[in-house]
Amino acid sequence: MIPKAFKRALWVFHVNSGSCNGCDIEIIAALTPRYDVERFGIRLVGSPRHADVIAFTGPITNDMVDKVKRIYEQTPDPKVVLVVGSCGISGGVFHESYHLAGPIERIIPEAKCFYVPGCPPRPEAIIQGVIKAWEYLEEVEKK
Amino acid sequence: MLGELLFKTVIASIGITIFAVIFGLLFKGIDRKLVARMQMRVGPPIRQPFLDVIKLMSKETIVPENAVGWMYNLAPIICLASSIILLLYIPIGNFEPLLGGHGDIILVIYIFLIPALAMVAGGFASGSPFATVGAQREMITMMSYEFPLAVVIIAIVWKLSNIGGDIFSLQFISSHPIWEEVGLLGLIGGIILLLALVIVTPGEVAKIPFDVAEAETEIAHGLLVEYSGRNLALFYIADAVKMFAMASLVVALFFPYNLSDFIKLDEIVAYIADFLFFLFKVFLVMLFSISLVRAGMARLRITQVVSVYWITITLIALFGLVLLMWDNQYSIKWW
Ligand code: SF4
Repeated sequence: MIPKAFKRALWVFHVNSGSCNGCDIEIIAALTPRYDVERFGIRLVGSPRHADVIAFTGPITNDMVDKVKRIYEQTPDPKVVLVVGSCGISGGVFHESYHLAGPIERIIPEAKCFYVPGCPPRPEAIIQGVIKAWEYLEEVEKK
Repeated sequence: MLGELLFKTVIASIGITIFAVIFGLLFKGIDRKLVARMQMRVGPPIRQPFLDVIKLMSKETIVPENAVGWMYNLAPIICLASSIILLLYIPIGNFEPLLGGHGDIILVIYIFLIPALAMVAGGFASGSPFATVGAQREMITMMSYEFPLAVVIIAIVWKLSNIGGDIFSLQFISSHPIWEEVGLLGLIGGIILLLALVIVTPGEVAKIPFDVAEAETEIAHGLLVEYSGRNLALFYIADAVKMFAMASLVVALFFPYNLSDFIKLDEIVAYIADFLFFLFKVFLVMLFSISLVRAGMARLRITQVVSVYWITITLIALFGLVLLMWDNQYSIKWW
């Protein structure tokens, strides 16, 4: 059962799974006074145990595969995955690179993923991605 | 007689629990909003902590494989219970504390340790290296702020011993405000002691700049790293209640004035007015000792926490104590 409050208090755990750091900076930008995602109750937390949303930035490199799986398993249900940046969708500038294991749905097929395209995406786009996740949770709540 | 007391205790405990949880979370929401406004942000709505708690309650509660299960689950409950017990001893507005009595000020100092100790136990029990580091840091912080806090309280009690009576009870301290017993030197000493206590407050409730034990960027929330779902929600509420209790203690020690002492009011109106005035005082204490400091400072390192408390704040508090002693010898009137 998911109560109404759920979507108004999403806590995000941010994982760098091989990103160039561009997307990470944009995630931080979303926390600054200008965009201030805290007004929607969104908080960046430091432990996957506290998280509702796991934000992956970058394509998944071979070395990160087992860590990504573990982080996903460590997060308590219900949870969603937010893939920030074009890298996580298609490989982006790293497309067809020798060390890529991504995209994420190949590694964790059961995950509910939301994608934010852009290289790097603007903070507005990231906020919109989180709102997509809200809408999904709203639907789950109705059922 | 005993049955009546027991009945009263049970009813009042339930009342205090509801009161503590609601107002603790409310003040936490106000604190978050204020900090956001100070940083030119819009900030979360004031009911945000309630939403957080409801959300955490609906999440899965995971017990890690290598944790000590019973202690891991027990720690949040002890933490919350002992934070609520604190409010049974602290006078709220015009209401007498439920469990007051001789020596309760000493007891309160020790009960303040229990939530922290419960967190330490929970941290060690969760079997994660981050939590272990956090637990050790929490113990070190605890040892550092305890001494200046004791100095402040001893100074006040010692000053009040001039007039005699049951000086070690909070009820007595809050019915004899320290400002009325002192001369000019004592006034300065009292202000210095208040300053020391205001700086002890964020350490006591683990807020920036003294939240080294729960530093999310360095040690992934430290003590709380493995906690999730219901257990985390209990810690979240306990944190809010503890913040409220600590601010109430500052109010009881230094600003125990009631509105009804100044204005003539009907009995029931007086209770309500005093209660609202009490909330206002708690709000002011929180604003100056937690919100403002949190908005304007970064986290200290653990070594700095120890040296700030053991050296700077202890010296400041001892200076205040000395001023209070001089006040007895050279009584200069300030009014
Ligand atoms: S999407 Fe672009 S900015 Fe983001 S990690 Fe990939 S390359 Fe970097």
